[in-house]
Amino acid sequence: MLRLQGVSRRFGAVHAVQDVSLEIPAGQMLGVIGRSGAGKSTLLRMINRLAEPSDGRITFENTDITALKGQGLRDWRTGCAMIFQQFNLVQRLDVLTNVLIGRLNHRRGLLAHLGSLFAQFSAEERAAALATLDRFGLLSTALQRADTLSGGQQQRVAICRALMQNPRLILADEPIASLDPQNARLVMDTLRQVNRQDGITVLVNLHHLDVARAYCDRLVAMQAGRVVFDGTPAELTPARVEQIYGVSEAEFHGDMPEAAEAPLFPVPAAALA
Amino acid sequence: MGAGIAAGADTGPISSQEAAFRAQRAERRRASLVAFSILAVCLLAAAWVSEFYPSSLIAGAPRIGEYFQRIAPHLELRHLLAGTETEGSLAFWFYRLDSWFLLILETANMAALGTLGGALLALPLSFPAARNLRAPNLVRIACRRGLEAMRTVPEIVFALIFVWAFGVGALAGILAIAVHTAGALGKQFADAMENTEMRPWEGVFAAGGSWPQACRYAILPAALPDLLSTALLRFEINIRSASVIGFVGAGGIGQELYQVISFNNYEEVSAIIVLLIITVSCVDLISERLRRRVIEAVA
Ligand SMILES: Nc1ncnc2c1ncn2[C@@H]1O[C@H](COP(=O)(O)OP(=O)(O)OP(=O)(O)O)[C@@H](O)[C@H]1O
Ligand SMILES: [Mg+2]
Repeated sequence: MLRLQGVSRRFGAVHAVQDVSLEIPAGQMLGVIGRSGAGKSTLLRMINRLAEPSDGRITFENTDITALKGQGLRDWRTGCAMIFQQFNLVQRLDVLTNVLIGRLNHRRGLLAHLGSLFAQFSAEERAAALATLDRFGLLSTALQRADTLSGGQQQRVAICRALMQNPRLILADEPIASLDPQNARLVMDTLRQVNRQDGITVLVNLHHLDVARAYCDRLVAMQAGRVVFDGTPAELTPARVEQIYGVSEAEFHGDMPEAAEAPLFPVPAAALA
Repeated sequence: MGAGIAAGADTGPISSQEAAFRAQRAERRRASLVAFSILAVCLLAAAWVSEFYPSSLIAGAPRIGEYFQRIAPHLELRHLLAGTETEGSLAFWFYRLDSWFLLILETANMAALGTLGGALLALPLSFPAARNLRAPNLVRIACRRGLEAMRTVPEIVFALIFVWAFGVGALAGILAIAVHTAGALGKQFADAMENTEMRPWEGVFAAGGSWPQACRYAILPAALPDLLSTALLRFEINIRSASVIGFVGAGGIGQELYQVISFNNYEEVSAIIVLLIITVSCVDLISERLRRRVIEAVA
């Protein structure tokens, strides 16, 4: 059980997240939706402490997450793997090493830590990484450099890296925003498979309501840093969306500035004038 | 031809843009003129302060030619290929080629070892020195200042110190080059790291990695081609410095050059300088190729 109590985060005068309280039971697949700037990323990043809350408490099974530091913090981050919109793989390393990065914090003691700096991974670790890649049909790419893979493949490699951490929780920040529809479905299927088969709690930021409804057990909608809806996908009807955001569902999607939706060959403004 | 273009552009927004362009160009030219005038005044002031007078330049210039005349070898065409005993032959000019060759090798060796040692010293210091990697303030400042100190002191000063400590010879030279190189490369390495992409960095931390692990896995692979390239470039520079620091007894051909200069063995001076020029050009050529190869291999 992950519990957020009155969590807030300010950037100067901007209240990115305001007084958010949530209880997320183990094994749930929770979708967080909201328009650009609603505070979804900030909320997720506070959970694994890539961002620090300005206020409030986050606890996981009686551990105060907000108070962790050093090795304790690294252990927590290992336990709640993060998936990023831009995958955050090391482009110039091969896929296998990228997946093994998920094991970096599993070595204890100074010597083992030093060994990790010389890429000393054990045969068991490599075998586990290869098995994970095989599970998602990526085995043949193991020795390729990450930047030779398609976006969808890279995101699934990132999921493999996350699984190597043996996480209790996966935090996915707009994992499909840079992908085409087919790859988006593949990645969402993978996340749900991980949720159902491995029993890993998944928190996923999404900006497409259809995707959120199709994949999640529960949806949380945010606006201006606050939670404005918390319920089942069935309860978040188009009418409800309009009531919450004051715009139709089509408009809700419309004004979302997304890198992936930018034209492939942007026309210079001067040429249009 | 110009008239045709102007006629087409004579109407509406296009001509007003043209006018705006001209105004902008005129403004830029005025700014450049001001900048150049300031620069010229500064140069003149600097020349006056450092007593860089045209008169002393004119008085001294012929003496340069005179020195070159003195060190010029006496070669005679009919004896050119004769043995070391005949005056006027190439072999007579380079009569100590064998020992000079060894000294040149020693010089290259000093440069290579100095560069390698300097790079190995620079690498661990450059991670905390890179601003984007957010090492604790104290550590970062200490590393940056340390690197600065190492690179602002010239090799020849380090060489003097090390000759005093370890005695005359190549060891002092290697150490001197290594320390100065560490300072210079550390700064360049940190710059290269500051230009790497930060997303993998976040990725490693999010996976529970530590700071050294994030440096190793997120930053090093991205910066590596740049690091190797700057280190090889530094090797070329160090070949030059290695041939000079011998002047203070730090080994290599410089030591020999200093001796022949101070004993006024004019022909030997020119012989050694020719050897040096050949060596440096060869190293530049080879190193350039090597650098391309290495970058292609790791990129
Ligand atoms: N590091 C930061 N510094 C300053 N302001 C920030 C920072 N990060 C986020 N913000 C602000 O906090 C607010 C919430 O941002 P956040 O990235 O969490 O939104 P989001 O819901 O993820 O939006 P998007 O869909 O565009 O990713 C925004 O107004 C943003 O400008
Ligand atoms: Mg976001």
